[in-house]
Amino acid sequence: MTQDDINRQAFREEATELLTELESALLELEENPDDHDLVDRVFRAMHTVKGSGAMFGFDDIAAFTHDVETVFDHVRNGQMAVTKELLDLTLAARDTIAYLLDCADTGDAVDLERTNAVTVGLRALVPGSIAQDNAEATAAAEPQDVEESTPATFRIRFRPEESIFYSGTNPLSLIVELSELGACHTYAHMENVPELEEIDPERCYAWWDVILTTTHGLDAIRDVFIFVEDDCDLKIETIDQDGDFDDRADYKLLGEILVERGDLAPADLERVLQERQPLGEVLTSSGVVSKQNVEAALAEQKAVRDIRKGRTKPEVTEAASSIRVAADKLDQLVDLVGELVIVQARISQVVSERRDPLLTTLSEELERLSDELRDSTLNIRMLPIGTTFSKFRRLVRDLSDELGKKIELVTHGAETELDKTVIERLNDPLVHLLRNSIDHGIETPDKRTAAGKEEAGTIVLSAQHSGGEVHIRIEDDGKGMEPKAIFQKAVERGIVSADAELSDKECYSLIFQPGFSTAEKVTNVSGRGVGMDVVKRSIESLRGSVDVESAPGKGTVITVRLPLTLAIIDGLQVRVADEYFVIPLTMVEECVELMNRADDAAKLQASGNGSEQQLAVRPKAEQRIVNLRGEIVPYIRLREWFESPGDRPAIEQIVVAGVDGTRVGIVVDTVIGEHQTVIKSLGRLYRNVEGISGATIKGDGTMALILDVPKLVQCVNREQ
Amino acid sequence: MAKTIMTVDDSASVRQMVAFTLKNAGFNVIEAQDGQDALNKLNGPVDMIITDLNMPNMDGITLIKNVRAKAQYKFIPVIMLTTESQAGKKQEGKSAGATGWIVKPFKPDQLLAVVNKVLR
Repeated sequence: MTQDDINRQAFREEATELLTELESALLELEENPDDHDLVDRVFRAMHTVKGSGAMFGFDDIAAFTHDVETVFDHVRNGQMAVTKELLDLTLAARDTIAYLLDCADTGDAVDLERTNAVTVGLRALVPGSIAQDNAEATAAAEPQDVEESTPATFRIRFRPEESIFYSGTNPLSLIVELSELGACHTYAHMENVPELEEIDPERCYAWWDVILTTTHGLDAIRDVFIFVEDDCDLKIETIDQDGDFDDRADYKLLGEILVERGDLAPADLERVLQERQPLGEVLTSSGVVSKQNVEAALAEQKAVRDIRKGRTKPEVTEAASSIRVAADKLDQLVDLVGELVIVQARISQVVSERRDPLLTTLSEELERLSDELRDSTLNIRMLPIGTTFSKFRRLVRDLSDELGKKIELVTHGAETELDKTVIERLNDPLVHLLRNSIDHGIETPDKRTAAGKEEAGTIVLSAQHSGGEVHIRIEDDGKGMEPKAIFQKAVERGIVSADAELSDKECYSLIFQPGFSTAEKVTNVSGRGVGMDVVKRSIESLRGSVDVESAPGKGTVITVRLPLTLAIIDGLQVRVADEYFVIPLTMVEECVELMNRADDAAKLQASGNGSEQQLAVRPKAEQRIVNLRGEIVPYIRLREWFESPGDRPAIEQIVVAGVDGTRVGIVVDTVIGEHQTVIKSLGRLYRNVEGISGATIKGDGTMALILDVPKLVQCVNREQ
Repeated sequence: MAKTIMTVDDSASVRQMVAFTLKNAGFNVIEAQDGQDALNKLNGPVDMIITDLNMPNMDGITLIKNVRAKAQYKFIPVIMLTTESQAGKKQEGKSAGATGWIVKPFKPDQLLAVVNKVLR
């Protein structure tokens, strides 16, 4: 059943209920014709039938009910009395609605004479005809497609009433909406904002002058203000259509703009023009126009000049639209930006301690610039994954020929962009995963026909953005994997013990264990020493993860999750003793406090003995559990894992991270906050330290280690 | 964090359609069947209210007045659902503090367009 059907079904049920309600209300009304509540009940029932009917496609019911409702609106307003005739007709109308519902159910044609008889009877009761407003009930509010026209430039002055916040309207979001229509230059007038002690934060003092160049037309601009047009002073003027102002050597003079906007009287302009000083200065100092209004007009002048400049030289920009750069130059640029981001973080930190307003402004400006520089630099390295995808077509074709299989490769999201280093290093794992799907997943044509499937198998390769990650899925409609068979094989290979109890998901994850292969026999294609463990490792080295789902007989889905870039991550900074660590933000699900008392109780339960010495005897990375809103979450304590000195605080924090679909807590002393982190690789000496994937330099110049969360959890599990 | 929208309507089918549309678009939805029910359920963070006008127990206009009187919900967008025949109510709703309106019948994408307009 589609959602539409579900909605229609819900309406049918509701309408039936309402009709019963309508009937009993009408019968009661016959007893007490003066009861207003009853009239209201009748009206409401019909109103709902009409409104919902139209919404769910029962247009005939909506149109019919509209007449009945109109009659009762007259009754409700005291313009008509409740008579036996009215009640008879309304009851007949109620039956007609039920009849229309039945017709919609069975698909029978509606007997129009029957419905018309009731409508005509009802209309005859009402003083004056109501025929003409029938149409509006069914006129569904279809969105009118605004035709794209040639760009025009508008001057918009938006002065909301000071009380605008009380209607739940955010004037800024209207400005943002405007800016989405086209090229937008906004000047905010702040001159009415009073001194700090006099500000009423619930009033809106600002107002705006906007110059907008858009192809959407005047109606689209009016639509932005549709809810507020009565509560604001809104002026929209066309200042350029179809390149009007290209005819003039220069755009309008300042004085002209001010006069057009109504900020300046023509006579005043004439008078001031006699004096030969820059006009803006003269106007301001002589007090005929406020400084802000002059600035706003100058902004318009500049905006329009910019637009014209852009219009007259399109061929130049086209020629420079693409440029080839050596990859190592880009790498160097990213390195430099990384350094800059670090320095900027240090400056921000130092400045925040100095509390110098000038320095603060400068540092904020620097932060904005370096953020933009970072984003656009990283953007330069983004490439669509499509080229990699198209290489796979050949692979699939050749392999399926070799194995005597029929396979169709479907790709989605080829335009999805990824950092070029990630794309390069992703090639091999993806080839391996595809080979697996072709070799082990998709059956031979005869087996497929026997299983009632189409002869040709399908592999869907797709990429899509999801938050700060890219998800790549390889989905086949082959034979899938049997969790028990995998488990059996894993026991044979000595990867798990025979008495282990594993969920289906855990069974599937066994295929990533070293030395595991699901193939019955080693074929030419796979099983040449490269296992899924290598795939998993190379994806993890890209700070990504890989996940398998399968349904026996139906197929297998492998999802690879990757960060957008390797150079910079969003990280959560935490502290343990004097050491700082960074947890990649994509893995963090929540942070909760851990009271030490509760922790001791947990330990007491776990060991049967609560003494502190117990801790020293037990493995250092003892895994414990915490009860998180009814869910049991295991956690590890970094303080113990890294053998940090000193006592742990009374209240610690647990950062709950999601690893391979399970939740694991990481206990730290303090959570500091979220930061952009530039990743520095570790030197050779530290490369094999377990649980650390890199380092970063903090704002104060000291170092923080980036935690390799999946590895950390693995190590702890292994030690247990 | 997903935003929370409360939908208030005495018609179960309209409520279902609104709730389904909003949930599909990633919003949390609280459903209430009339103004009184809505006031009772207004005890946590709500980012926006979409209310019918004609309802038993407490109508939409009274609900809007009551919502605006609560400090926590003073400035949240409140959208009212009206029908063409209730054009006069629009002004009444606005004076009570409504942010805007949607005319019934409406399609899911029209609803989302309005939600995205007022809830940025």
